[in-house]
Amino acid sequence: MIGIAIEYTEKVMDHFMNPRNVGEIPDADGAGTVGNQVCGDVTNVYIKVTDGRISDVKFKTFGCGAAIATASMTTELALGKTLQEGLAITRDAVADALDGLPESKLHCSNLAADALHAAIKEYMAKN
Amino acid sequence: MKRIYLDHAATTAVDREVVQTMIPYFAETFGNASSLHSFGRDAMHALGAARQTVADALGAETGEIFFTSGGTESDNLALKGVETGHIITSLIEHPAILNTCRYLENHGCDVTYLPVDSGGLVDPGNIESAIRNDTKIISIMHANNEIGTIQPIAEIGTIARDNGVLFHTDAVQSFGKTETDLQKMNIDMLSLSSHKIYGPKGVGALYVRDGTEIEPLMHGGGHESGLRSGTENVAGIVGFAKAASLAIERFESDTRHLTNLREMLINGVMDTIDDVHLNGHPTKRLPNNVNLRFDFVEGEAMLLHLDLRGIAVSTGSACSSASKDPSHVLLAIGLAPENIHGSIRFTLGRENTSEDIEYVLGVLPEIVGKLRAISPLVSKGSSRGSSSG
Repeated sequence: MIGIAIEYTEKVMDHFMNPRNVGEIPDADGAGTVGNQVCGDVTNVYIKVTDGRISDVKFKTFGCGAAIATASMTTELALGKTLQEGLAITRDAVADALDGLPESKLHCSNLAADALHAAIKEYMAKN
Repeated sequence: MKRIYLDHAATTAVDREVVQTMIPYFAETFGNASSLHSFGRDAMHALGAARQTVADALGAETGEIFFTSGGTESDNLALKGVETGHIITSLIEHPAILNTCRYLENHGCDVTYLPVDSGGLVDPGNIESAIRNDTKIISIMHANNEIGTIQPIAEIGTIARDNGVLFHTDAVQSFGKTETDLQKMNIDMLSLSSHKIYGPKGVGALYVRDGTEIEPLMHGGGHESGLRSGTENVAGIVGFAKAASLAIERFESDTRHLTNLREMLINGVMDTIDDVHLNGHPTKRLPNNVNLRFDFVEGEAMLLHLDLRGIAVSTGSACSSASKDPSHVLLAIGLAPENIHGSIRFTLGRENTSEDIEYVLGVLPEIVGKLRAISPLVSKGSSRGSSSG
């Protein structure tokens, strides 16, 4: 059994405790899913697009504290951005916006940017 | 903030009486027990009394108790100290046994890792059929550290004895929480750790039945009858002995108290939260172990929320590498990795109260409800989430 010895930044803890933009968008213009249940992290991102910008974005996450916080931060970074700007949001940018993530969390629990990109690409493919 | 420690399988706070017993052995009775002068003799007498206390607590002779640095060293000594050959163990042993077995496999030993059933029990029949001509030792833990399952140790001991094979058991989690009888259980070697029984860290013991041939890991000045060289940690050993005697003295009240709290926690969670499952055995279980699986949520997220409320628990997967390593114990009882991620272990202790459990039961539904509200898995399996969260 593991009693985790992980130190999260204040921003990670804030987004973990008070995640922004939680939910689903039933009539989303684009949706993306990353991760899988076996690995222990799943994140869904939904977007609405108005005049080429991300006018609404929501997420749902099954995962650890870092997975929830990175998903929340990703939606916050994406809201109001153009699609190209959205595609330019990287995992590193999300981690930086959270003042960093523990080394062990940089990869497995920082997938939400990929889900955002998938949602944007789904929209682009349809339009 | 209120702080509630529910991780006693990881370690325990040292009992204040134990601390008081240890204090004189740092600066006053500080001698080396091997020295011939009065300082040394005082330390030697303390060591002798501690050995007697631990022997009494186990129903053993003093010559059968060897002090070590703790459970891991005791497990290593028991397995590596026996001449090479075939070893029988289980898939749910502590890493101190499993990784020692892997090491021995690289050094000419052959190891059989027996499966367990969905409750975590080893089938003694499987042990009997795994015994070969070259089987030297069977090592099966008395009680599991993650799910608390108590093995049929007496049956296994009898099989070992009847087949002329040594029987070792890791009793680190079980001592003081369920009965241990070296004679009835035909135990040849038994590992103990002090810090799991309200004693100090860095000390433990290996019981070795008189007449058992075993080689040391540590070579040096010939301490502990040559089986474990190195100047004895007198203060630690004195504290360990005190903790062991308190564990025996308080055995009945401790186990009654812990069982009551355990049932209160399990029933309380089941009554207030949907889609929760008890990992491990319903009855053959340590009185202080509660291991629960919450569908649709991930363990570390629950652990963090509980920690923010001052409640200390453990999770069922190590979320620290490229992929989360699901617990080998929960895999062995047949759980799928996706279910293991939502497992939380609560291990109760002597100082916990029913108020502590009420506090946990008060905050847990809200935490699970909050995480289920953001979980994409909920709609797939259930729309209920937490009934009161």
